[in-house]
Amino acid sequence: MRASVYTPAYMVRTVAAWAVALLLFFPLGWLLLTAFKTELQAINVPPLFLFEPTLENFHEVQERSDYLHYAWNSVVTSVVSTLLGLAIAAPAAYAMAFHKGRRDKDILMWMLSTKMMPAVGALVPIYVLAQKSHLLDTQLALIIVFTLSNLPIMVWMLYSSFKEIPREILEAARMDGATLWQEATRVLLPLGMGGLASTGLLCLVLSWNEAFWSLNLTAAKGGTLATLIASYSSPEGLFWAKLSAASLMAIAPIVVFGWFSQKQLVQGLTFGAVK
Amino acid sequence: MAYLQLQDIEKFFGDHRAIKGIDLSIEKGEFIVFVGPSGCGKSTLLRLIAGLEHIDGGTLTLDGKDITQAPSSKRDLAMVFQSYALYPHMSVYENMSFALKLAKVDPKVIDEKVQNAARILNLTQYLQRTPKELSGGQRQRVAIGRAIVRSPKVFLFDEPLSNLDAALRGQTRVEIHKLHRDLGATTIYVTHDQVEAMTLADRVVVLRDGVIEQVGTPLELYDRPANQFVAQFIGTPQMNVVPLQQVPALVAQQAPVGAVGGTIGLRPENISVRASGSTPVAGQVDLVEALGAETLIYVSTPNGAQFVARQNERTGLHAGDTVSLDIDASQAHWFDTAGRVVAARAA
Repeated sequence: MRASVYTPAYMVRTVAAWAVALLLFFPLGWLLLTAFKTELQAINVPPLFLFEPTLENFHEVQERSDYLHYAWNSVVTSVVSTLLGLAIAAPAAYAMAFHKGRRDKDILMWMLSTKMMPAVGALVPIYVLAQKSHLLDTQLALIIVFTLSNLPIMVWMLYSSFKEIPREILEAARMDGATLWQEATRVLLPLGMGGLASTGLLCLVLSWNEAFWSLNLTAAKGGTLATLIASYSSPEGLFWAKLSAASLMAIAPIVVFGWFSQKQLVQGLTFGAVK
Repeated sequence: MAYLQLQDIEKFFGDHRAIKGIDLSIEKGEFIVFVGPSGCGKSTLLRLIAGLEHIDGGTLTLDGKDITQAPSSKRDLAMVFQSYALYPHMSVYENMSFALKLAKVDPKVIDEKVQNAARILNLTQYLQRTPKELSGGQRQRVAIGRAIVRSPKVFLFDEPLSNLDAALRGQTRVEIHKLHRDLGATTIYVTHDQVEAMTLADRVVVLRDGVIEQVGTPLELYDRPANQFVAQFIGTPQMNVVPLQQVPALVAQQAPVGAVGGTIGLRPENISVRASGSTPVAGQVDLVEALGAETLIYVSTPNGAQFVARQNERTGLHAGDTVSLDIDASQAHWFDTAGRVVAARAA
């Protein structure tokens, strides 16, 4: 490597980048440390960086509340809502990307605008709907809400990714005698796989992290990991170590998952941004 | 009835009437070229025939069957796109066999047809490659191969050569010509390049603004254009079209009655430039372009008329020289004020 790479500007940029990265990572790192402390160590002043790690918190979290039960609910609600969302969003995005209508842009903006509305605004009607249809505290309630709330983003992302596919390729398939179904499965899906994957990944993460609706619509039976974590901040006071352990267990699967798929995720978020 | 029959075909984009009632009969085995300036509707017309755009009025029949409303997949036409539109996720072999696979043709027959097409197009050694591993010319051949394996009723070409460089374009043009001669398939070919139109076509359809200006063999269009637009569109350099009042000497001798106030059209090869002489039109050389095989001389006259003359001999003339123009008025085309031909080749 040439010596000129290490210019002062380069050094400053590097240090700054590390500083920002550490700053962002700090809460997560602190969470990681606290999860392996005892409750006493967790509230010690000054904070302890060196201590004998214990697994007791994890044991207790599993004892007190069934971690696997909540984790399963999280997996089911996020995976099913994502698949369902993709199944609905892909045809919508296809229609708008390849069969232009006069109102496409308006529809897209309208869909996005629904994301601007605070979720609280829809809480009462949705709660009542869920209650009347006996869906409170069920996975199905969350699946429906997650699917609907992620749809605008999914349609937008898929629309942008489909638009990158030259329409002549689909037209060529039609000229080759492909039916709409064959056009979609043999040409559009293989070419749009990258977009579908990153859209799916993003929505999976969003659904996994969703807390508002999980807390309000579900409890012990249909609750996700978000409700599990919330149950550790109780009126009797905060149990920092156990809360950290529960949080760590809740985010671990999605962090590992995100780590392996970050390339796809970043690609998905920058669709159309770079040619 | 013709093999492919267009009857009063119309297309609207919003309120804009892009194709304005086109009638055209195409016989089996014919090579038809749609030509015209950009925005004239030639590609739209091709896409209407292909079924990629909805026909808003009129009827389209192919081989006795009304296909006006049939989807593209049921029309039995093959199209070669300007961008080639190969399937990027498939090998050359898969690209070429895709249509036959969809039609559930026996794999043995498919293989035979693909191998045969690959042999014709010199693609045999590339069959396992993906499109992105091929050069532009090779991709173009794959696109053509994809069309010919199907033995469709009509081949549609949408400006297939415009993405190739000049040398390759000429070469591929010759290949397409040979291919048509060997296969004898009915072909509709869209281009804005009049050289392609002249060299490939059995008949050329000149379009402007969604209307057919003239249909004819290449030489008919060259020798007997129906109007000033066609006259100037076909031929390079363009036909000289000069208002009659700028060439009073010629008018006095030859002009037919209907051309009063109109224009005269002269092909560059019907004008010879002389260093001196007593011809009715004199002028000054603006520019000399020596192209080797031929020489183009640009001349302007004192009353503002401008001419290009083409000659096969080289010239000693230079810009600024005073010259006289020897014009073969028997070869002139006369246009009325609306640009319609009055009496081409006045005797």
